[in-house]
Amino acid sequence: MSGAVVTAGLRSQWTRHAAGPAGRVLRILLSVALTFLGLTIVTFVIGRVVPIDPVLAIVGDHASAETYARVRAEIGLDLPIYDQYWRYLVGVLHGNFGNSVLTSRPVLQDLLHVFPATIELSLLALVIGVALGIPLGVIAAANRGRPLDHVIRFASLLGYSMPVFWLGLVGLLAFYAKLGWVAGPGRLDVAFADLVPQVTGLITVDALLDGDMDVFWNALQHLVLPSSILGYLSLAYVARMTRSFMLGQLQQEYVLAARAKGLSRWRVVWVHALGNVWVQLITVIALTFGGLLEGAVLTETVFAWPGLGLYMKNSLFNADLNAVLGGTMLVGVVYIGLNLLSDLLYPLVDPRARGRT
Amino acid sequence: MAKHRNIAAMAAALAFAGWAPLHAATPANTLVMAKQIDDMITMDPGEAYELTGEEVLTNVYDRIIRFESATSSKMVGGVAESWSVGDDGKTFTFKIRAGQKFQDGTPLTAEDCAFSLQRVILLDKTPAFLFTQLGWTKDNVRDLVKATDSMTLQITTPVKFAPTLVESLMSANVASVVEKKAAMEHEEKGDLGNGWLKTNSAASGPFRLVSWKPNESVTLEAYAGYREGAPTLRRVVIQHVPEPSSQLLLVQKGDVDIARDLQPDQLASLEGDKAVKVATFPGSDTWYAGMNMAFEPFKNVKVREAMKYLIDYDGMANSFLHGRFFVHQGFLPHGFMGALDENPYHLDVAKAKQLLAEGGYPNGFEVRMDSWNGAAMNSIVQSMQQTMAQAGVKMQIVPSDLKQVITIYRGRKHQMAALSWGPDYFDPHTNADTFARNTDNSDNASTKPLAWRNNWLIPEISKETAAAAQEPDATKREAMYKDLQKKVLDEGPFLIMFQPYNQVAERNEVKNFAVGIFADLTYYRNVSK
Repeated sequence: MSGAVVTAGLRSQWTRHAAGPAGRVLRILLSVALTFLGLTIVTFVIGRVVPIDPVLAIVGDHASAETYARVRAEIGLDLPIYDQYWRYLVGVLHGNFGNSVLTSRPVLQDLLHVFPATIELSLLALVIGVALGIPLGVIAAANRGRPLDHVIRFASLLGYSMPVFWLGLVGLLAFYAKLGWVAGPGRLDVAFADLVPQVTGLITVDALLDGDMDVFWNALQHLVLPSSILGYLSLAYVARMTRSFMLGQLQQEYVLAARAKGLSRWRVVWVHALGNVWVQLITVIALTFGGLLEGAVLTETVFAWPGLGLYMKNSLFNADLNAVLGGTMLVGVVYIGLNLLSDLLYPLVDPRARGRT
Repeated sequence: MAKHRNIAAMAAALAFAGWAPLHAATPANTLVMAKQIDDMITMDPGEAYELTGEEVLTNVYDRIIRFESATSSKMVGGVAESWSVGDDGKTFTFKIRAGQKFQDGTPLTAEDCAFSLQRVILLDKTPAFLFTQLGWTKDNVRDLVKATDSMTLQITTPVKFAPTLVESLMSANVASVVEKKAAMEHEEKGDLGNGWLKTNSAASGPFRLVSWKPNESVTLEAYAGYREGAPTLRRVVIQHVPEPSSQLLLVQKGDVDIARDLQPDQLASLEGDKAVKVATFPGSDTWYAGMNMAFEPFKNVKVREAMKYLIDYDGMANSFLHGRFFVHQGFLPHGFMGALDENPYHLDVAKAKQLLAEGGYPNGFEVRMDSWNGAAMNSIVQSMQQTMAQAGVKMQIVPSDLKQVITIYRGRKHQMAALSWGPDYFDPHTNADTFARNTDNSDNASTKPLAWRNNWLIPEISKETAAAAQEPDATKREAMYKDLQKKVLDEGPFLIMFQPYNQVAERNEVKNFAVGIFADLTYYRNVSK
C-alpha cells in the first residue's frame, strides 16, 4: 500500500522534473489559454442575456427601422450567437478586439488609455494598504486581546464594512471642500491638463519624466485622497488577514522554543513568525491588488477618475460588448499575471519553496 | 544617466517642497463645466444624436441657418445669409455668405454645404431620418441637394412641405457644414470621412475641437475667424463628472464654473450660497406613460380616458416636482409652435370609476408598469400607483435602467411604460410624427413611432399629421396641430403629464450661459466670466 503511494509520488515528481522549465511554460500557457476561452464564453453569453439592446446604444431611440437594421447587421447581431462568438474569437486571435461603439475607438486603444489611470490609483492604494496593514496586523496579533488589538481590529472592521462610495464623498467633503488639503475629483486641474507628454499614462510618473513639478504636485494632490480611501479598504483586509495568519504562527511551539532560547520577543514576532506567513501574505496582496484594479468602479465614479472601472461600467450599461469583453480579458490577464508573480515570489520568501519547480 | 540624476535630485527637492495646495479658481479665460458626458459616442454631425454630442457640435460647427438664440424661435442666417422658397413650394435656395473660412483656413463654399447635407443621407446613421422624411434617398439626394454655383445652395423636396418644417431641419444639427476637402482627405472605404470625423472636426463654428477624451473631457478653443467674431472666452472644457455630489463640491469650491447634473436636493442646498447661483431654463421633453393597446383593458377608449383622470398632476407638480416640472398634457412642448397649453385632465377618482365601469372594468384591473429608474420618474410612478389604486387599478411597478425600458418598449412587450420623449428639431412635426402617426401596425413596420409602440393604429389621424406637415399657411398649420393634440388627448394611449426645466448651478461670475430648449440650442459663444 504505502509502497504504491511512494512510487506514485516519485513518478509525479519525476514527470515534473522531466518536463522542466519547458513543461512549466507549456502548463502555464495551457492554463492561460483555457482561462481565456472560459472568460470569452462566459462574458459573451452574459452579454447576450443582458436585457439591453446593443443596437440602441449606437443608434438611439429615434432612428428609423432601416438604420436600425443596417447597424444590427453591421455589428453582426443578425447572425446566430455561435457564429458571432466564432467571429469574435478569430478577431481576438488576430489581435483585434474590435471597436467600442461608445468611444468609436479600438477597444485595445481605449484600454491602454484607461488602464494606467486605474494602475496609478491602485498602486498607491496598495502601497498604503500593505505598508500600514501588515504592521498593524502583526501588532494586533502580538497584543491579542489587549486594548491595542481591539482598536486595530475595530478600525479595520470599519474600513471593511464602510461603503466606499460614502467614504469617498465624506472624504471629499472633509479634505477637499472644508479643509482644502487635497484637490477635488478628476486626475488634474484644468490648468494642468495635457501639459506633459503621455509616456506611461501614470500622470505622476510622466510629470517626473518630463521634469514638470507643478503637474506632478497637482496630480499627486488629486491622487492622494482616492488612493488613501482605497488604501484604507485594502489596509483593513490586509491587517485582518495578517493578524489571523500571525495568530496561527504565534501558537506554534517554535515560538515558545525561540523565546525559551532567549530570543527577544520583538525578534520572534517580527522575524521568525512574520517570516513564516509571507507566502500567505503574498497571495493576499496579489488578490488585493487584483481586486483594486477591477473593483474601483465606485471610487472612480465619485472621483471622476477615468479608469477601467468606469469604462467597464459604462460599457456594460450600454451593452457595448467588445469593450466589456476586452476589459474582462484584461482583468483576466492581470489575475493570471498576479498569480504567476506570486508563484515566482514564493521561493524568495520561503526556503522550502526553493528547489521545487 | 543625467536624466536619472535629475530625477534623484528632484525627488530630494520634493521632500522639502511641502504640500502647498495649488488649486485656485479656474483660469479666467476658460469656462469649465462639470457634466455627465458618457452619452457622447461621436463628433460627426452626420451621426451624432446624443444630447452632449449635439451640444458640443452646436458650438463647433456652423449650420445652414440657425435659431437666433437658445430660447428664440426666430430663424436667422447661418452660413447662408438669406434664403427663398420657390413658387412651387419645393425648391429652397440659400445664398451663402462670402468670405467665410473653415477653422483650417479653407474657404467655405456652397459645395461644402451640399456635401454636408448629402452625406447625412449617404451615411445613413441615426439622424438620417430627419432628412429622409423630406423624400431624400441615397439615389436622389445628389440631384435634390446641389450647389448651383460656388455661393448658392439649392435643395428640392419631391413633395411640398411647410417651409417652417424645412427651415427647422436646415437649422438642425444635421445641417452642420462640414469641410468637404478635409473629410474626403480622410475618407476610408467610402465612409465620407465618418471614421475620422468621429473624433476630429472640420468645421467653421465659433469653437475648434481640441480634444474629446471619452468619459473624461471635451476641450474646445475659440476660433478667432468665426463669422460673428471670436467668442468671449478662449477655452471651454467640459469635464466628465459622473457623480452629481462631486459636481456640487466642484462648483462650490470653484474648480468648475458650472455644474450641469445636480439633483433637486443638491440645488436646494445651494440656496444661500454666496458664490453659486441656480439658473432655470425650460426644457422640451415630454414626460408620459404609454398604455399598450395590445393589453386588453386599454383597447377600450373609456378605460384609457379613465386612466387620464387617475393622475394627480397638480399634486405632484406642487410638491416633489416643484420647480423642476410643470403640468403639460399636449404632445407639443410649451414653447413650440402650435403647442396646446390647456390641460384638461386632473385627478377625479369618481369620474374615473364611472368611466371604468362604462368600459367594462368596474373593479379595475392589474397592470404592469415598466418604468425608467430615475429619481423623478420613480416618484411620479409611485404617485400614479397610489391614485390609480383608488379606482381599483393595481399597478405593479418594474423599475429598470433606461435602455432596458426602451428595449421593452420598442419590442411592444410592455403593458404600461413610463418614459420621456425629446423632440428632434424645433418644429411641431417632430412630435406629431411620433405621437400622432401609425399607418402600419405590423411587427415589421418600416417606422416605429410612439403610436405604433402602443398599438394605436390611426390611419385617419396620420393623414391629418401628414397634411399639417405640408400646410404652407402658418396660422392654419398651428390650428391643425392644436386639433391633433386634442385628438391625441381624447383618444390616445398616452398619459402625458409633465414638461421639465433644466437647472444648472453656476458660479456668480458666469454670465450669459443658457441651456437651450434642446441640446442643439445651447451656445457657449457669448458666455463670459
